[in-house]
Amino acid sequence: MNALILAADDINVAQNVGFGIIAAVMIFAALSVVSSKNVVHAALWLVVVLGGVAAQYILAAAEFVAVSQVLVYIGAVMVLFLFGIMLTRAQIGKEAGLNNRGWAVGIPVAVLLFGLLAWVVIDEFRDDVLPDRGPTPTVLLSDQFLSIYIVPFFALAFVLLAAAIGAIVLARKD
Amino acid sequence: MLAAEAAELSTGWFLENAWLIALIPGIGFAVIILFGKRLPMKGSEIGLLSMFASLVLATGAAIQWIQRTNSASEGGEEAAGIISSIARSLPRATEGEAEPFIEPVVHTWVWWSNGPLEFGIGSSANGLAVLLLWLVAFISFLVQVFSLEYVRGDRRYTHFFAAMTLFSAGMLVMLMAPNMVQLILGWEIMGLCSFLLIGHWWEEEANSRAALKAFFTVRVGDVGLLVGTAIIFFGANAWAVDNLDSNGFDITAIQAWALSGEANTQFLLWGAVALFIAAIGKSGQFPLHTWLPDAMAGPTPVSSLLHSSTMVVAGVFLVAQLYPVFWQGFNIDGGGLSMIAIIGGITIIIAALLAFVQDDIKKVLAYSTVSQLGYMMLGLGTGAWLPAVFHIFTHAFFKCCLFLCAGSVSHSASHHSFDMKRDMGGLWKKMPFTFAAWIVSTLALTGVFPFAGFWSKDEIIDNVGSNGYDFLLVVGLGGAALTAMYMTRATYLTFFGQPRGAAAGVFNPDEEYSEEHEMEEISVGAPEPRSLSAAANATVDHHDGDQPDGHDGHDGDDGHGGHDDHHGPHESGPLLIVPIVILAFFAIIAGFANPTPLASRFGEDIESLKKYVEPRPSPAPFEDVIATGPGESITLIDGRPSAFPSADAAGGEGEEGAAKAGCGFDPPEPGTACFFPAVSHAEPKFAKILLSLGVVAGAYAVAIAFNVAYYGRRNKHLVGLTERSKVLRGGLLFLENKYYLDRLYENGIVHAVAHPISKGAYWVNQHVLDATVNAAGAGARRTGDWVYDNIDQKVIDGAVDGSGWVASESGHGLQPTQSGKVSQYGALLFGAAAVGAIVLVLVNVS
Amino acid sequence: MLAVNFLLLAAALFSIGVYGVIARRNAVMVLMSIELILNAVNLNLIAFALMTGAVDGQVFALYVIAIAAAEVGVGLAMVLMIYRNRRSIALDELSEMKG
Repeated sequence: MNALILAADDINVAQNVGFGIIAAVMIFAALSVVSSKNVVHAALWLVVVLGGVAAQYILAAAEFVAVSQVLVYIGAVMVLFLFGIMLTRAQIGKEAGLNNRGWAVGIPVAVLLFGLLAWVVIDEFRDDVLPDRGPTPTVLLSDQFLSIYIVPFFALAFVLLAAAIGAIVLARKD
Repeated sequence: MLAAEAAELSTGWFLENAWLIALIPGIGFAVIILFGKRLPMKGSEIGLLSMFASLVLATGAAIQWIQRTNSASEGGEEAAGIISSIARSLPRATEGEAEPFIEPVVHTWVWWSNGPLEFGIGSSANGLAVLLLWLVAFISFLVQVFSLEYVRGDRRYTHFFAAMTLFSAGMLVMLMAPNMVQLILGWEIMGLCSFLLIGHWWEEEANSRAALKAFFTVRVGDVGLLVGTAIIFFGANAWAVDNLDSNGFDITAIQAWALSGEANTQFLLWGAVALFIAAIGKSGQFPLHTWLPDAMAGPTPVSSLLHSSTMVVAGVFLVAQLYPVFWQGFNIDGGGLSMIAIIGGITIIIAALLAFVQDDIKKVLAYSTVSQLGYMMLGLGTGAWLPAVFHIFTHAFFKCCLFLCAGSVSHSASHHSFDMKRDMGGLWKKMPFTFAAWIVSTLALTGVFPFAGFWSKDEIIDNVGSNGYDFLLVVGLGGAALTAMYMTRATYLTFFGQPRGAAAGVFNPDEEYSEEHEMEEISVGAPEPRSLSAAANATVDHHDGDQPDGHDGHDGDDGHGGHDDHHGPHESGPLLIVPIVILAFFAIIAGFANPTPLASRFGEDIESLKKYVEPRPSPAPFEDVIATGPGESITLIDGRPSAFPSADAAGGEGEEGAAKAGCGFDPPEPGTACFFPAVSHAEPKFAKILLSLGVVAGAYAVAIAFNVAYYGRRNKHLVGLTERSKVLRGGLLFLENKYYLDRLYENGIVHAVAHPISKGAYWVNQHVLDATVNAAGAGARRTGDWVYDNIDQKVIDGAVDGSGWVASESGHGLQPTQSGKVSQYGALLFGAAAVGAIVLVLVNVS
Repeated sequence: MLAVNFLLLAAALFSIGVYGVIARRNAVMVLMSIELILNAVNLNLIAFALMTGAVDGQVFALYVIAIAAAEVGVGLAMVLMIYRNRRSIALDELSEMKG
């Protein structure tokens, strides 16, 4: 296996293939999120998307972020979403009319945006090759967090606290 | 005589300040109007004081004028005492020397100054002015004293005295006028006061009608005054500016211009005609005499002051003062028959005839006044200047006295009635003083030696004859005869015979009580009680509504009006009698101011008026007018006598038809001016005097006999004569209707002119003026409506509404973006971001 | 591997997320679409961190993850409140702010 992994071209090919498969799945899942008729199904497809993103993170040598993604997003946020869906739904199953009246406006906007972004990206990064790096040591992240980005770190702490309290206050039954 | 030296004429404070004579009564008027009612004597004390002050000042001015005249001959400024001044004989000019012209003392302030034209207001004192100033002040004073008692208790006592004082002020202003403008001012003030005073009891319509009639008739004449002043101005101004540095209004300049020989004859003629028309109106000459008898509706003091002695002679004064204009304009020097003389002559006769048929004593006197004014005009028109002025002087005294006697009779005897036939008679015993004064004045009026009228009236007649007017001489003598006859009738009816009506103590009891109650009240429609005497008048001459003849003292009953009735006729109180007596005294002696027939015996100096009043017909060189400060005396001429020989002045009086040469006949030397023509003076002859006295005596004899026979014994041949004879009846009717002149004037001329004018004016008012106004209003409204509909509603509101609509529509238009829908917001957000990004990229790439 | 791959993928996810925000009626669905967008951004960040070798991109991505979690919490609390008040969380019915 080491030989396979150490061989640059092979690894590239393997990386690319892996990337391609995961990317296809993600796109399909994302499309399903926004077009599913069942809210729960949409939520579940979102889980797929999030998982796919985590996999891409690993491919991008950002292991810590990938794990954090899985833990936080899939583990907490999606659960939260499912709770929300549960608490705000009158019916379980398919429901019609999940799209609003002006949904058709979204298509050109999305296409336009994608076109623009794609063009910019391709124009700029056409031939850039991502370098081959090994896994990112977490210590580098923590060094950054606790020295340079210390203030945002504390701010983040406050934000999370405020969000938690706020959510509780908002959702009280008073 | 010191011909070559500049003879300083003496002047004096009274002459320089003669303007005070008019100012003091003017101030008196203002004081009476403002404060009179609060004063203890209700304002009459102010009137008396101011007139007395004027009298004192006028006396001083007269004395100084006499001194001035004397000083011209003395060649120095010697002011000796009065007696010596008068008595000093005027040094007779040596051969070739002329008596210098005595320049008037002028003292003016600038009244109007506009470019080249400048005239002043102030005083100009010459002999004629000073004489009349004194006369007016004197008569006014006496009449005001008389009025104290006569109008006591009247409802408008204060205003009566105010108007009397204002009248005196106005006449004095006119007399002392240095220019025509001030003369017109005084003239108009007098007209106003005449109106006020005639209509003093205006509550009775007849009185106010009489006042209006007087005013309007005189107004017709006043047109002539204004036109004449204008004509004379335009004629004289150029000459006056060039030669005398004066202007065409200045009276002295006008006199000089008229005699300068350079005057345009047309200007002179038409100016003279116009001015004489004014004199006709004011002085009651035919044909504008109709107002004077009606003016008797005013209280008796008014009649005695205004309408006999002073105001009505204003016309005569105008002619006398501006005599050169008339002399040249009417060619009096040529011996031709002038308009003045003709009218004067006509007036004498027609007025005298009318006096025969009047039952109202005041009307008899009024017509007598008109007749005597005719004499004055006759004199002026025939070149007898001095006798005419002299007659003004004497006539004032005896006519005023006659009127005051009439007032005294009505006040104390006939119970305020003036009807001779109904309420008088047999009063000579009861009212001795009044009777005596009446007789004296009547004798003066008719020209009996030695009373005043003899000297003046006979002089007029004499001069008329000697100047060649034989027909007018006969007219004058005829008038004298008629005067004697109608005065005899009036005297007989008033004072002799049996007492009738109120004079007999007979009165209506109702009448008496109502009068007492009406003492201070205004009585509207009161004529009823008066009808006793008024009705009598109604039968004779009620055509023009002179009911109020008897209303003279009606509502102005004095305190003892009621008591009188119980006592019957009696003599009047001292306040009434004293002025009468004083005037009667002057009626006796006034003639000796200028007794021409005595001149041959006592010397020429005895003719004081000729010496001091008549301007000298000597040319005088003119000098530059020195314009000093305001109110300064100005001199137009040098005081030096000129070397121009005047045939008249040299060697005394000529014979009848004397040499016609000198001023007024020949133009003066260049550099000199004449101010008065060389009028001729008739030499009095004993034969002529006897003739006139004889005529008068004969007339008296006939009249007395007739009156006794007709009124006394009721001779059956005479009584009812007019009923039996158609001719006589027609004549009587003609006289009673006053020659139908009133009817002609009022119904004919006035109605024919006024009626269509008023109709036309009303039509213009309704159809032109109102139509214009209404059309303007309608047009404005339609314009307003159109503007409202189109501009306001459509344009302005449209703009405002439009902007509002634009705002709201744009808001509405933008409203969908604010749908509240999150997804839409999101779409917008991302869409805008995409677009913005595209733009950014495009900008950076290219 | 080309960098373009990651970036294009992120762009696609982003666009799909935008479509979802615009087109979906259910408030929770919209929140989910927002999650998609956030994740796309995160992917971009990681890709750039890989490209430059600096680890700041990853730090940033961690922050985004944390903030997203907080945001979802608060957001769902609000959706819950709306549901309680209005018995519906269809966004096109929630147009009280309509002008």
